[in-house]
Amino acid sequence: MTKLLSIGNVSGGYSGETVLHNIMFEVHKGELFGVLGPNGSGKTTLLKMMSGVMPYGHGKISIKGKEISAYTAKELAKIVAVLPQHSAQTFSYTVKETVSLGRYAHQRSWLQSWNTEDEEMVKKAMAQTGITAFQDHYLDELSGGERQRVFLAQALAQEPEILLLDEPTNHLDLSFQKELLDQLKHWTEERGLTVVSIFHDLNLAGLYCDRLLLLEKGQVNQIGTPIEVLREERITAVYHTSIEKLAHPAVPKPQIVLLPEETAQNRNNIEINEQYLTVNDDHIQLIAPKPLRTLSSGVTGAGFGWHHTFINRHVDQNYDCSDPVQEMKEYLGTHGFTGEETVGMMTAVNLNDASFQLYQEGEISVFIVVTAGTGNAVDATSSQRMSSKLAPGTINTWVFINGHLSEAAFVQAMVTATEAKVKALLDLEIRDPITGTIATGTSTDSLLIAAAQRGETIEYAGTITLLGNLVSKGIYECTTTSLKRYKKRHSL
Amino acid sequence: MRRQYILTHLLSNKWLAYLLAAVFLICAMVIGISIGTVSVPISYIIKIIGQEAFRLPIRDQIDPMYTNIVMNIRLPRVILAGLIGASLAIAGAAFQGLLRNPLADPYTLGVSSGASVGAVVTLFFQISLPVIGLFTLPLLSIAASFVTIFVVLLFARKIDRSMKVETIILTGIIFSSFLGAFISLMIALTGDELRQIIGWLLGSVSMRGWDYINIMLPFFIIGSLLLLFSARELNAMSFGEEQAQHLGVNVQKRKMLVLSAGSILTGAAVAVSGTIGFVGLVIPHLIRILWGPDHKHLLPLSILIGGGFLILADLVSRTVIAPTELPIGVITALIGAPVFAAILVRKRGERR
Repeated sequence: MTKLLSIGNVSGGYSGETVLHNIMFEVHKGELFGVLGPNGSGKTTLLKMMSGVMPYGHGKISIKGKEISAYTAKELAKIVAVLPQHSAQTFSYTVKETVSLGRYAHQRSWLQSWNTEDEEMVKKAMAQTGITAFQDHYLDELSGGERQRVFLAQALAQEPEILLLDEPTNHLDLSFQKELLDQLKHWTEERGLTVVSIFHDLNLAGLYCDRLLLLEKGQVNQIGTPIEVLREERITAVYHTSIEKLAHPAVPKPQIVLLPEETAQNRNNIEINEQYLTVNDDHIQLIAPKPLRTLSSGVTGAGFGWHHTFINRHVDQNYDCSDPVQEMKEYLGTHGFTGEETVGMMTAVNLNDASFQLYQEGEISVFIVVTAGTGNAVDATSSQRMSSKLAPGTINTWVFINGHLSEAAFVQAMVTATEAKVKALLDLEIRDPITGTIATGTSTDSLLIAAAQRGETIEYAGTITLLGNLVSKGIYECTTTSLKRYKKRHSL
Repeated sequence: MRRQYILTHLLSNKWLAYLLAAVFLICAMVIGISIGTVSVPISYIIKIIGQEAFRLPIRDQIDPMYTNIVMNIRLPRVILAGLIGASLAIAGAAFQGLLRNPLADPYTLGVSSGASVGAVVTLFFQISLPVIGLFTLPLLSIAASFVTIFVVLLFARKIDRSMKVETIILTGIIFSSFLGAFISLMIALTGDELRQIIGWLLGSVSMRGWDYINIMLPFFIIGSLLLLFSARELNAMSFGEEQAQHLGVNVQKRKMLVLSAGSILTGAAVAVSGTIGFVGLVIPHLIRILWGPDHKHLLPLSILIGGGFLILADLVSRTVIAPTELPIGVITALIGAPVFAAILVRKRGERR
């Protein structure tokens, strides 16, 4: 990798006030380099120094091994182009006139007329930014996003090796933000364009940049890959705000979400208990007063999410449907629930055999609802049946926890719940009808862990924690009760 | 709709723009020479100019009185008016592009106030330098305008090292006010020369003769060429100084060049004719509406239209209540201010 741009120990700022202190980094050819930092951290000042419009006090900024001040304005413009945050628009030039100005540095003198190469480059730049269609329009007739693309085309017409951008996505709507950054990324990969850009949006920066520079009060806080820079503690400290880091669902890049200030009302704990539960022949429903954080394997609302309605629906033993998810959504729709806000499960057992109970220990309480049947009991360790088909589950377990759970606690609660269920099956000697061994569950069991995410923070829910104890005790008891009722009904 | 389309198409054709502007200027010149207390037929004008200026062998004998009126009174007057109009218009266009303010004009920077002080001081103290004699007034005027622009720039640089446009405009306005007060003070102290000073301040191109054209011409040529050669840089600077520098313009150097050229033009115009307002404001504005803001065309077209406009304004000033002549600055203000107001109203209407 060749270093194209090197900032060596640079300090400086406006007269009388030093904005930047000892900044040092290098940018390589073909890199997409992001500059981050809170307002007033010196991002724009740094960009101005790199583009040569602002002198720096100490240190050295060099481009292609030559100090920036040694370049004439024209020489520099052939290497570095800038897409500014704002541009003065006193007079209404046409789009093409504006883009054509990008060729200034390539024209030797006033006498040298516009040649075919200039015309070609301008046309190419307009085509690349998708503005050819309105090349004869006036700038002030365009929307903010279109104007942004015009100035991008102007910068491209300069045929630069380095493109400096100051919050390029500022005026753009969602699709143009993505389009612009995809395009920039493409150019860095295809033709080795080097892009240095200021970002306000940490997530966009994290998604697209190869490396990030995080500035804090005019000093380098960190330089590195998005994963190195976008650390939860680091961002919280630099931006003085509470954030949480998540994994991007599709690409291995960190995403950062803001946490709104908790209101007094939100701090109030809510305890999910019997009062929210209704059981009838068709379904069991629990409607929580507020959305709950859920981790489940329901037919709808599976995975992590936020849901406030929970449905365990009775279906016929021979229920068979090619698209149970869609069928379930339709069912929810006809009953006045929405698929997005509902965790929906299915069972073939009689819903009147359901067992539910509230367990409490100090501040923590757990409400458990279990419907159980052993129609297709399976020993997980010796099962050889293969079916990807979704059949109605027979042991459906809901766990509502009154507390604030970490993601680890959710998973641990799941493990604990499963272990307790297996123990209940063992003690009742439920057997896999095919292998004859003790069953560990049924082939279509579903589990839901839901937490109000208010009140006390609970980091762990393993079997020897307080919460783990409540969960395992509750699951064991409820599963046993429900299974006994099932057995009684089927006189097994 | 179709007519509208054809009209826009015709207007967008740059060659046609130059043709129209040139025809306008020539018509203004011919009418300006023709009309007056003694009317000169247009055919005579062509013959006289052909004979006298181009030494064409035209046989017709024309009354020497006509020849005298055309060659010694009307032609120099029309040419001088044209040069002044052209200078003010191109300087205005350049200042507006440089300062990114369509309301900027040679007067905003204090240049014309400086020139006025130079002239008023000359008149007040009856200064007459040896050798140059009659030219004392114009030369001192140009010198004063130059001193003013450099003091303004020096002052602006002192306040703000990067010399932002806003700083320059504000400094210019401060100096303008100060110099204006200085002129008022001298007028208040004046006895007999009052009418002379006021008359000069309001502007006139009468009775200047070929000498003044000779003074004016070199400044006009130098100033205009400097600006015409800066057209592309002015385009870039319209988008902001930083943006211009990103595009490769040596902003500091070019800014000094444009300011100097504008000052030369304004200083020379004010020196020979007094203060004539609104030409530098209205003409570039009008051309921008018709043919767009591209300085490559805006500047030459400003020369042509500005020249023609001031010739017509001068014509009106000397014929409207003949034989008394009105100061030309009164006419340009009377025409220019309402036109400018109309443009502003239209512009605001468009935005809404």
